Amino acid sequence: MIPVPGDVLAVGRIDRRLPFEERVRLLAQAARAVRRRDLQMVHAAGLGHIGGDFSSADIVAVLMLAVLDVDPLQPQMPDRDRFVMSKGHSSGVLYATLAVAGFFDPALLDEYMAPLSTLSGHPDARKVPGVEASTGPLGHGLPIAVGMAIGAVLEGSARRTFCLVGDGELQEGTNWEALAAGAHRHLERLTVVVDRNGLQQGAATEETSRLEPLADKARAFGWAVEEVGGHDHAALLKLFESLPIRPGQPSFIIAHTHKGYPVSFMKDRVEWHHKIPTTREIRAALEELG
Amino acid sequence: MTSTVEAATLFDCRDAFASTVEELAEQDERVVVVCSDSVGSSKLVAFKNRYPDKVVNVGIAEQTMVGVAAGLANSGRRPIVSAASSFVTARALEQIKVDLAYTNAKVVICGMSPGVAYGELGPTHHSVEDIAWLRVIDNLAVIVPADPRETRLAIRAAFEHEGPVFVRVSRMGVPNIYGEDYRFRLGMANRLRAGTDLTVITNGTLLSHALAAADTLRARGTSCRVVSVPTVKPLDVEEIISAAQETGAILTVEEHCAHGGLGSAVAEVVVSSHPVPMRIMGFPGFLPTGSALWLLEHFGLTADGISVAAAELMTRKHS
Repeated sequence: MIPVPGDVLAVGRIDRRLPFEERVRLLAQAARAVRRRDLQMVHAAGLGHIGGDFSSADIVAVLMLAVLDVDPLQPQMPDRDRFVMSKGHSSGVLYATLAVAGFFDPALLDEYMAPLSTLSGHPDARKVPGVEASTGPLGHGLPIAVGMAIGAVLEGSARRTFCLVGDGELQEGTNWEALAAGAHRHLERLTVVVDRNGLQQGAATEETSRLEPLADKARAFGWAVEEVGGHDHAALLKLFESLPIRPGQPSFIIAHTHKGYPVSFMKDRVEWHHKIPTTREIRAALEELG
Repeated sequence: MTSTVEAATLFDCRDAFASTVEELAEQDERVVVVCSDSVGSSKLVAFKNRYPDKVVNVGIAEQTMVGVAAGLANSGRRPIVSAASSFVTARALEQIKVDLAYTNAKVVICGMSPGVAYGELGPTHHSVEDIAWLRVIDNLAVIVPADPRETRLAIRAAFEHEGPVFVRVSRMGVPNIYGEDYRFRLGMANRLRAGTDLTVITNGTLLSHALAAADTLRARGTSCRVVSVPTVKPLDVEEIISAAQETGAILTVEEHCAHGGLGSAVAEVVVSSHPVPMRIMGFPGFLPTGSALWLLEHFGLTADGISVAAAELMTRKHS
C-alpha cells in the first residue's frame, strides 16, 4: 500500500468565522489531502473512478467543508443542509471528504470497496454517515434534491439543498424533468452544480450527445445560471456564499473542471474515467500533488 | 372472520384511498401526496381543494415523482405517491428500487387502476406485470387489497410501516367483503373459508369471485378453503404451507399475469416446502382490448372459471 500520512486528513470542517483567505488556504490543503487519499484508496481497491473524482474534488471539498450547515457528530440533524452526490461513481472523493469533515474515522477509507465494506463503489445512504442519497444510476440525484428542497419549503425551513451532477449525466432525461419541476416551484434554496469536465465514460459529451449551449438551456428552463472555475476554491466559495444567484429562481452553476485534475498525465484524458493507476503512476501523481 | 359476498353494490377502491389519505393528513401534518398529473385519476380533487399545499404534482414525469418523494422523505415529510399503476411501476422502476427500497425511504406508493381496469385502452395501459416486477425488489412490501375496507386498512398499515410499501388500489368495482371486525396485518393472510379438499389462494378484485366459487364447489361436495393473501410481500409462508399440507392442492387466482405474481410467489413456497398439485390462474401476457369485465370473462377469471379450474385440479390431485 502506498503510504499517505494520516495527519493530512486532520483538517476538519472549516470555521466560517475565519478570514476568507485562511479558509481558502485550508480548502486547498484539504482538497490536496482528499486527492492523495483517494489515489491510495483507488490503488488499494483496484477499482474506482479517479478522473471524475479529481474533477469533483474541489467542488465537494468547498461545499462539504466550508459551505454546508451540517454537523458530522449529528449527521441526521433534521434541519441540516442537504448535499446529494448524484454522480455516485465519484464515491472515492465523497468518502475521503466526509472523512476529512469528521463524519467517520478516516481509517475506514482503507476498506473502500473491500468485501462487506460500508464504503461501496457507489454511496449507500443507509450505511455511510453524511451520505444523503444512495446514488449510482445516473439521473436520480436531482429529482431527489428537488424533493428535499420542496420538503424544506413545506416545513418553512431556510435550509439549503445542493446537488452535484456530472455533465454526461445530464443526458438522462430525469434531470430535465427535475429542472422543470424546480423552476416551476421557484426553489431558490436549491442549487445544482454541474461538474463540467467535458468527458463522459467513452468520449467527450459534445461528441456523444451534445449538451451545449448548456447555460442557455438551463436559463430557458427557468434557472439562474453562473459559470465558475471548478478548481478555484476562492471563486467557488464566494459564489456558494452569495447564493441564490437570483431571488425566486433555483441556481444552476456550471463548474468548468478537468477530468483527472491536476495530474498532468490524467488531465482531460477520457481513459482516466475509470483507469486504475499503477504503483508508478500513483507515485508520480502524489509527487505532482505535493 | 366475517365475510359475505353480496351481489349488491360495487365500490371503486380509489374512494377509500382518497378518504384515507385525507384522514392521514388530518392526523399528521407531514403528509404530502406526490402525483404525476394524476390528481383526478387518483380521485384527489377534494383533497387538493382542502390541502392545496400538500399536493406535489410534478407533471407527467413518473421517475421524477418517485425521486421527489424520496427527497421529501429525507426532508422529514411523509409522502404518499399516487399514479396509474402501469406507469409508476414500470416507468419509475429503478427509482422505486434505488431511491425508495435500497434507501429504505418511508414512502407509500399507490398504484391506481391496476390490472385490467383500463381494459379498453389496451395493453399499454394494462398493469398485469406490476406485482411481478415489484415483488422481486428487496425491502419493498407489496399489498393487493380486495375491498374498500381492506384498502383503507392497508394504506394505514403502509403508512405506519418502517420502509417503502406498494399498495395496488383497484378501480374495477368490488363488493364489500370484510366486516367491521376485520384487522389487517401486513404480512398476514386471511383464511376466509375453511376447507380440506383444496385451497384457492387469491387477493384483490378476484377474492369475491373465489368466495363465490368456493360456495358453488361446496354445494357440489368439494370442501374448498379460501385464503386471501393481501400482502404478496412479505408472504405469509406458514398459511401457504398449511394449505399445501392440509388440503393437498392449491389453485391461485389473480388479476395479473399468470407468471411472476401471487401464483409464482405461492409456487416458490410450495415447491420448496411441500410440493402439491397447483394451478396458477391469471392472464397469459399482452391482452386484447375489451372492458375489464369482458377480459375477466374471456380469460376465465370468474367464479365459474375458478370452479371449473378447481374441479380439474381435483382430478389431477386424485390421478
